[in-house]
Amino acid sequence: MTEQQLRDAAVSAVQQALALGATDAECTISDGSEFSVSVRLGEVEKLKEADSCGAGLRVLLGQKQGSSYTSDLTPEGIQQMVASAIDIARITEPDPYAGLPDAAELGQLTGDLALASELTLSTAEKIELAKRAEKAALSLDPRITNSDGASFDSHSGTRVFANSRGFLGSYRSTSCSLSAVPVAKSGDRMERDYWYSIGRDHTTLESPEYIGRLAAERVLRRLGARKIPTQQATIVLDPRVARSLVGHVFSAVTGDAIYRKSSFLLDKIDQKVAAAAVTIVDDPTIPGLFGSSPFDDEGVPGRRNVIIESGVLKTYLLHTYTARKLSLKTTGNASRGLTGSPGTGHGNLYLEAGTMTPEEILRAVGTGLFITELIGQGVNTVNGDYSRGACGLWIENGELTYPVAEVTVAGNLSEMLENILYIGNDLEFRGSTSAPTIAIGGMTISGVQ
Amino acid sequence: MGLSSSFFGQKFGISERDLDRYLAEALARGADYADLYFEYLATSSISIDESIVKSATQGVSLGVGVRVISGERTGYAYSDDLSPAKILKAAATAACIADSPSKVDTVGLTPSLQHDLYPVLRAPIDQPLEERVLLVKRADAAARAKDARVIQVQGSYADSLRHVLVATSDGKLSFDRQPMARLNVSVLAREGNGIPQQGYSGGGGRVGLDFFTGANSPEAYAEEAVRQAIVQLGAVEAPAGESVVVLGPGWPGVLLHEAVGHGLEADFNRKGTSAFSGRVGQKVASDLCTVIDDGTIDSRRGSLNVDDEANPTRQNVLIAARLSGGRSTGSGRRENYQHIPMPRMTNTFMLSGASTPEEIIRSVPKGIYCANFAGGQVDITSGNFVFSASESYLIEDGKLTRPVRGATLIGNGPEAMQYISMVGNDLKLDQGIGICGKEGQSVPVGVGIPTVRIDKMTVGGTAR
Repeated sequence: MTEQQLRDAAVSAVQQALALGATDAECTISDGSEFSVSVRLGEVEKLKEADSCGAGLRVLLGQKQGSSYTSDLTPEGIQQMVASAIDIARITEPDPYAGLPDAAELGQLTGDLALASELTLSTAEKIELAKRAEKAALSLDPRITNSDGASFDSHSGTRVFANSRGFLGSYRSTSCSLSAVPVAKSGDRMERDYWYSIGRDHTTLESPEYIGRLAAERVLRRLGARKIPTQQATIVLDPRVARSLVGHVFSAVTGDAIYRKSSFLLDKIDQKVAAAAVTIVDDPTIPGLFGSSPFDDEGVPGRRNVIIESGVLKTYLLHTYTARKLSLKTTGNASRGLTGSPGTGHGNLYLEAGTMTPEEILRAVGTGLFITELIGQGVNTVNGDYSRGACGLWIENGELTYPVAEVTVAGNLSEMLENILYIGNDLEFRGSTSAPTIAIGGMTISGVQ
Repeated sequence: MGLSSSFFGQKFGISERDLDRYLAEALARGADYADLYFEYLATSSISIDESIVKSATQGVSLGVGVRVISGERTGYAYSDDLSPAKILKAAATAACIADSPSKVDTVGLTPSLQHDLYPVLRAPIDQPLEERVLLVKRADAAARAKDARVIQVQGSYADSLRHVLVATSDGKLSFDRQPMARLNVSVLAREGNGIPQQGYSGGGGRVGLDFFTGANSPEAYAEEAVRQAIVQLGAVEAPAGESVVVLGPGWPGVLLHEAVGHGLEADFNRKGTSAFSGRVGQKVASDLCTVIDDGTIDSRRGSLNVDDEANPTRQNVLIAARLSGGRSTGSGRRENYQHIPMPRMTNTFMLSGASTPEEIIRSVPKGIYCANFAGGQVDITSGNFVFSASESYLIEDGKLTRPVRGATLIGNGPEAMQYISMVGNDLKLDQGIGICGKEGQSVPVGVGIPTVRIDKMTVGGTAR
């Protein structure tokens, strides 16, 4: 369907809902095409290509709300979705805080956010890029004995949003990515690691040779890993894992977590919650980046929100519902898929860069654990308890030495934020959550006796 | 059942001739195999928060996926429109990868043998919404009444009904109607101005609404969630370092799912990228361990009458101390029509042993007892896995003493199972809430385990 047809469908869904008795309604439509090819050991392994679309509708019957979705955008499909939303809204209960944003809050950014580009590569060219990335990984070192493949993925889509308070907006976006996953062997132990690059089109991707080589270097340095003794130590988080910490802060500052009193950052506005060097920002207005959008999923324009400024908590992230619950204003952070009511999302969420190079951080730390991967869900943003599986490299005399695996790192998020010792200058935006290298003191590493 | 009386025959008029035509198009460029996966999925969900039924959602998705295999290559395309033109286009797209000289023809379709594991007459989604709303309201009321320290209660109920039709170029044809329902309760409790603690419970399966009674009633789940949160109020820091670990029965079976289950999935082993690759016949667990994956248990969340490649599910022995060599079948699964099927687990559990749970706990002078977990993750290639304890206790002199706070446990798959030194006689399956994610696809699964003693495992707490 054309963008205009999608916009018409969204407006029609809203109008039909009002005609059936809804007091307010909003409709989201997403339409896109995906392409994905993976090669393994030089041969194409999987190729996938398809178009898909879907619509979601939220209706209000006074203070009651219900929602529905469909993958069928024909007039009959839309009609059924509307009837279904009205039908299910009737069984919900009045919630005085439920509702759409005020008309004055609606709007969209006007500048060009550069979210879409032209995806011009042929299938053969995409396959070739993946083959080159894998070859670069496989040819770096004889210990790289196998491959979990290399992939080229691309997506282009249109997002439409309309509501009964006069908002209608739509935007197109594109993305593509190239990745390689080599496997290395030493004795009877194997390791796997990866590297990837993501762009709005293929011209901004890192070269396949660079991606392959970096993936290979990362897997090689994992070989021969040991466990280390249980101890207190400083950890240094590689940017690829440091961003997870920013994600935990996000979970704890959503309005949902706050009004439910389910956050270790509850009642901490204008209080110091992190080391003075820590500034965490959410900004959906930066052109070209992967967390950018002209309006949030309630039709409120995106804006830059400084969450933590020089260690002090400045704001929670809110959408209309949570803002009303907390007697505040929305921060433009509504996010929803096609199903259900809006929740809280973020744009480009990042920890601001510091001034030290990663090497300077290692030297300043002296002894500790440099972490390249964290696994598991052992993070409780209600009470801050933190315990995750880790692997990486041991730091001795300020240099990376032998690899370490099968250990856990544990602490409490409140203390971890306060104990951020150093922040690197290596911030890069590879997705919607980003952080530079960071060092955190006072962590408990569990390993062998 | 014949195609004409099946859901897709009745509702969309799909005939055997249509299926033949689509499969022929998929094979037109020369290929070894092709299949079609038709899916119609209706879902609904209802949630309660602050004692208000704040939102409810229902909807439908529909589509068909076409897969073409040529040697080691797989081509895949899908359409969310069942018109013949769109399906033929998807078939032609999927066929693009096939450039092999090999040529197969479609053969006549024969319905696959399949089980009848969930003969739910009225799927929950076809029941009045009011009855389902009542479940979350009862859970909310019960949790709040249970203990004054409960400060927040959230309940959610979700159900779905999936109709599936699979047709393959080697002549298999299957239909399935797959109901699912699940009720969850989570609570937050706080003592005075102390740190709030969470508790969580729930259950479900391929069941009707009548499942949610007795031990599976909203009141029972609410009571369990409150119990866990209250226990956590008194929890001390978890120990850090190696420890004897005793797993309680049921949900802690997630150990098997992470430590061995994923590592044995056929795709990793075909590629030789699993820590278990090439180890068939080797000892990968202590002699006490028999680990089974069984997609044929009545009404279970992980069960299927027939898998997403038209093969009936089976009971597969994964490990009998040594790694089994037999080919597991009936485990081709996918999240929905937009995805290529992968080898997946169904219900994974360990058979009971001879010890009583009391003996096992009594045998431990100092260690940790884990009653509940919040999930896990594994690195297939290195075999390192974690799982996060949400309810555990110190064992001191053979007795459970103080509760400890959440902690991650870490081990290595092929090694960890060798440290199992006692297996209880109390195998229990989980309550029916498991979801497994792999390469971006989520599918419902089950786990189970009797009480087991693991002599050595690293516990990631903060107490020295």
